[in-house]
Order: sequence, then C-alpha cells, then structure tokens
Amino acid sequence: MRKKSPRGQIIAHGAKNSINNPSCYTEYMEKHALLSLNNVSVSVLDKPVLYDIDLKINNGTSHAVMGPNGSGKSTLAYALAGHPNYTITAGSILFHGNDLVAMPIHERVRNGLFLSFQHPVEIPGVSVASFLKEAYVAVTGNHISPVEFHDLLHKRCAQLKIDESFTARAVNVGFSGGEKKRLELLQLLMLQPKLAILDEIDSGLDIDSLKIVAAGIELARQENPDLSIILITHYQRILDYLVPDYVHVLCEGRMQHSGNAMVAHMLEAKGYNEYKRP
Amino acid sequence: MNIKGLNKEIVESISRKKNEPQWMTDFRLVALDIFESKPMPQWGADLSDLDPDDIYYYIKPIMDQQTEWSDVPEKIKTTFEKLGIPQAEQKFLAGVGAQFDSEVIYKNLKKRWADQGVIFCDMSTALRDHEELVKKYFSTAIPAHDNKFAALNSAVWSGGSFVYVPAGVKIEMPLQAYFRIDSSQMGQFERTLIIAEPDSFVEYVEGCSAPIYKKNSLHSAVVELIALPGAHIRYTTIQNWSNNVYNLVTKRAIAYKDARVEWVDGNFGSKVTMKYPCIVLKESGAKGSIISLAIAGNGQHQDSGGKIIHLAPHTTSSIIAKSISKNGGRSSYRGLLKVIKGAHHVQSKVQCDALIFDDISRTDTYPTIDVKEDQVDIGHEASVSKVSDEQLFYLQSRGFTEQSARALIVNGFIDAFVQLLPMEYAVEINRLIAMEMEDSIG
Repeated sequence: MRKKSPRGQIIAHGAKNSINNPSCYTEYMEKHALLSLNNVSVSVLDKPVLYDIDLKINNGTSHAVMGPNGSGKSTLAYALAGHPNYTITAGSILFHGNDLVAMPIHERVRNGLFLSFQHPVEIPGVSVASFLKEAYVAVTGNHISPVEFHDLLHKRCAQLKIDESFTARAVNVGFSGGEKKRLELLQLLMLQPKLAILDEIDSGLDIDSLKIVAAGIELARQENPDLSIILITHYQRILDYLVPDYVHVLCEGRMQHSGNAMVAHMLEAKGYNEYKRP
Repeated sequence: MNIKGLNKEIVESISRKKNEPQWMTDFRLVALDIFESKPMPQWGADLSDLDPDDIYYYIKPIMDQQTEWSDVPEKIKTTFEKLGIPQAEQKFLAGVGAQFDSEVIYKNLKKRWADQGVIFCDMSTALRDHEELVKKYFSTAIPAHDNKFAALNSAVWSGGSFVYVPAGVKIEMPLQAYFRIDSSQMGQFERTLIIAEPDSFVEYVEGCSAPIYKKNSLHSAVVELIALPGAHIRYTTIQNWSNNVYNLVTKRAIAYKDARVEWVDGNFGSKVTMKYPCIVLKESGAKGSIISLAIAGNGQHQDSGGKIIHLAPHTTSSIIAKSISKNGGRSSYRGLLKVIKGAHHVQSKVQCDALIFDDISRTDTYPTIDVKEDQVDIGHEASVSKVSDEQLFYLQSRGFTEQSARALIVNGFIDAFVQLLPMEYAVEINRLIAMEMEDSIG
C-alpha cells in the first residue's frame, strides 16, 4: 500500500501572485497550465520509481527540480519525453490541455516539448548540420531554404560561441562533455520549444562552459518570454546564473517540497537528508 | 526459342544467332564443358534451391517479349511510383518494352566520346566491329574455369557493355549503362569488358535504384576491367533485384603499373547475392579500392565482400565493406587479401562494418588474409553495431518519426559509400533507404 505523503500534494506554484492562496491558484492553473502532472506515478521497466507527482508548469516560468542521485529526476524527464521503457502507471499528464501520454514521442516534440539529454547519443556519419536541418524541418514544419538555414545556424553558433567547423562533425561522435551540452543547447535554440526540460545540462562543465550554457538558456528565454523551463540539477551552482521561479525537491521518488529560489540555497547548506526516510 | 536447361546445341545456336566468329563459339563450348564438370559451390550462400535445369539460358530480346504491364507485381509498381520514375521508363525497367529511348538523349554525348576514339557499345556489337580488341582482352581477367558461374556466363553470355578508352583520354562524365538502355543491356548473363589504355580515365556506372524485375531467377554476369599503366577506372554498381533472384556475379580488374581501379558496389534486393569484386595489382605502384554496401532484408542473404591480390611491390589497396541486416536478413562479408612473396612495401587496409536492426537478423565476417611478405603494412578492422533504442529515442525526441530516425541512422552508416556516388545516384540511394525503412516497420 502506497500512502500519499502530505508533502507529495504540495503543488508547484506557477503564478507568483497566488502563492499564498493555493486553492484559488490550483483552479487557475488547471485551466491555464502549459503542463500539469496530476498524481503521476512512473515505473521504469516495471520498477516503480516515481510516486504521486503533482506539478504544474505555467507559460514563461522556470522550475528547478533538485534531488540526490537516484531520486527519480531523470525518470521524470524521460517519462515526459515518452521513452518507451518509462510507463505512466497512475495519474494523468496534460500538455496544452491534451493527454501527453497518448502522444507519440515525435508529436510531443512537434507540440513544443524539448528534452536536453544528460548523455546524448552518437549518430555516426550524420553531420550536426544535416541532423539539425532535418530536425528543424520535422519540428517546425518550416521548409527553410538551404541558404536561410545556413544563416540561421551560423547565427546560433555564434551566440553559443561554437566554431562553425563543429557543424560538419558527426553528431556527438568524439565530442567532449562540454561540446555535447552545447550541441543540446544549440538544438534548444534552433527548435524553439515551448517547454524545455534540461536534464543536468550543468553536469561535468567547467565554470566557463557553465556560463556559456547559462547564457544560452537565458537567451532562449529572452527570445521567447513564454518559454517554460524545467531545470533538473544536483547542484545550486547553475542556479546562481539562472535564478528559477520555483524549486522542487524530489527525493526517493516523491516531490518533497516546493518553494522559491531560496530552497536551493537551503539544500546547498543542509543537503537532502531531511527529506530522506530514516 | 525459349527453352529451359542447357546443352551444346543451345550454346551453338546462341553463337550462331549472333553471327559470332568461330573462336567465340569454341570458347563458349569449352566453357560449357567446364560449367558442367564443376560442382555447385558448397561454401558461401545456400544455393540448394537453384536448379540449373529450370532456367532459360537464352531469352528473346526484351523488345519482343509479350510481358504485360498488368503482369508486373504490384510491389514493383509501387516502388517505381515512390522512386518517381516516369511511366515509360517504369515499363522498360519491368521488361514491358523499350519505350524509353535514351539513345536519342545521349546521342550527342556519345558523339563527343567517339570523337576522342572512345568505344562504348554492347558486347556483341564490339565483337562484330572491334574483334581484334575484344579477342586480345576477352576472358583474360576471368578465365572460364574461374568458377562455375563464370563458366556458365562464358558459355551463354549475351549483352553487356564494351568500353575502350584510348591512351590519355579522360572521360570527365560517367558512362552510364542506365542511359544506354537497349534490349540486351539488362540480360541475365551480361558480359562487360572495359579497357583503359595508359593514362586514361573512365568512370562507369551500372544499374539504377529501381528494382529490376525478371521472371528468371538467375543473374550471372561477368565484368572484366583492364587498367593499363597509369590508367584509372572507377566502376560503380547499384543494383536492386527483385527478391526471387540469385545474383551470382564475377568481377575482376587487372591493374598495371601505377594504374588505379575502384569498385563501388551497392547490393539491394535479390534472394541470394554472391559477389566479391577482385583487383589484381599486377605491377608496382598500382592502387586498388573496393567499397561495397549490402542490405539484407527478410529472406535475403547478401554474401559479398572483396578480393585484393598484391603481385607487385609498392602496391596499395583498401576495402571498405558495409552491410545492413534487418527483418531476419543475413549479410556476410567474405574477403581475401593476398600478398605474394616479393611484393614488399605493400599497404592495405580492410574495414568491414555491419549494422544490425534486430535480434532476428544476422551478420558474419569471413576474412582471409594470406601474406607471404614481411615488409608490408596491413590493417584489418571489423565492427558490428546495432541500431540502439537510445539512438531511436534521441532522434524521436528531436521530431523524427521512428521510420525517419532509422533512415537517418542508416544514411549516416552508409555515408562513406554514398560520398563516392554520382549525385543523382546518391539521391536515389537516400530514397531507397527511406523505402527500405518503411518495409522494416510493422
């Protein structure tokens, strides 16, 4: 028997003015949330990992999901993106008010969901440029001319301080950790999603790369103020550059706490122990 | 005269119908004896369903055939549609009649080649008009006794191309069998001979991406290339046989001093393909490269590879063989790299890469390396990779459908092959891959 923990019901607040009035806020969010998870449980290959997750993401808001290793953070990301090994066993997920679970993976993406991978895979023989071109056409439906596409790619590379020669290399083949993260970010800028789920985009980066990545995310937000972000991270570090509207603490498969950016600082000082079962 | 089975009378009558000189008739008859005396090969792909007595060895030219468009299988028609091939051409490719008169279109080009002394015609015409040239080189690279099916081809050959490039002439545009379509071109037992005189260059492209529909189930061609000193021949094949065909082909090139030969060989379709293009590096400085691609689907066995024989010092070679197995198909790489004693300073690199789609498909590698010389630099690499669920998920999460994700992965895998193709062939290959991927899902 699973019991719903009291903390598991805490709702992620997506509209600042209603933070002290949860019931009114809930009603508002049900109608307007970009993404809403309602009592969602997830199993990975039949092993339960996430329990009773409630999460509401409104347009233009940024959310950090923090938690220790194995807490289920990446599971949340993969389940939202639709990985076949991740099964929603209970609850519902609405994206733009539609049933997300029923959508094939590529439809989720074409409707504005973007997942940046913690460990992006190699696609040997396929250049970054041709991969991005095909992805761009698939996601946006915009059959851009080769010249226009080249100009766009050139601009985006410059914004992320990526050397143009990078785009002739095979996707992720022989890339350093930092290069992989930058390619993920380049895709974010090219594909212009409505919801970006960034799974540990800060892991393994030195401080200079981290600043570039943070600046890239900030740029995406400036270009599209409606862009919502779920930033999954272990560490407070990136939150110094990207202050989230909300911080959610995921521990042992449950949403344990939600609050503002201060929560992250608290975690940095105290760790996750208070959320763990004794 | 469409009679099943084979005997001396049939061979003689093929030769007589073509008004061949006596030496060719004799050559055919000797080859027939060899064919009959050799057992079916017991190595390689399973040929037990192939019954040599149940095959037409001479069929009337396609133009006279009474094949009806309605007889062509629906799957072949759909494929033509998807490839965007004009209807007249579709009919030709399906053997419904030679309505596609490409001769006219390419007449001007042919005139330009002819002005430079280039000969490009079908093999029977060459035997009639250029007998001395043919006699000098015919069957010098592949003797009739080379293997059972080379013997068969030698006995009953019909059609195929003859190319002669004079010394120093460089033909800047690929000669394409596809554009020289006539009734004899796409026969079952075609015989092709290319002679490149010193310091000449020729690129020859055979076949096209459309599936070649034949009622007959055996295709057994012989292709010989002679690259004289300093000459450069590139021979590209893209074949997509309908899946009832046994495609058993012998291809060999002789490269003389400082000559260069490239085989580019793409095998789609067929029930069984056994094809191992060979290059004999006969004199110093010769270079050979073989790059091949095979896709084996349900019920298909692609047994292919390459053979390089280094007979002289300072010769270099490379083999890149790529194969894809899916839906229970099987692909095998079978290769030979031979360096004789005295062939020092040889450089050779063999690389075979296999991509497998699922757990029911199969890939094998049978490399033979026979090196009798110490001063050589030889490398062999083999890799097997599987289309991973994580790759598919990654691409799907970038908006690709599962089908287009698979196609992208395959296109990446075969990139090194496609890079070598003329542009229009590269485009056709991409379409073909996309179609193959459609077939591999549900």
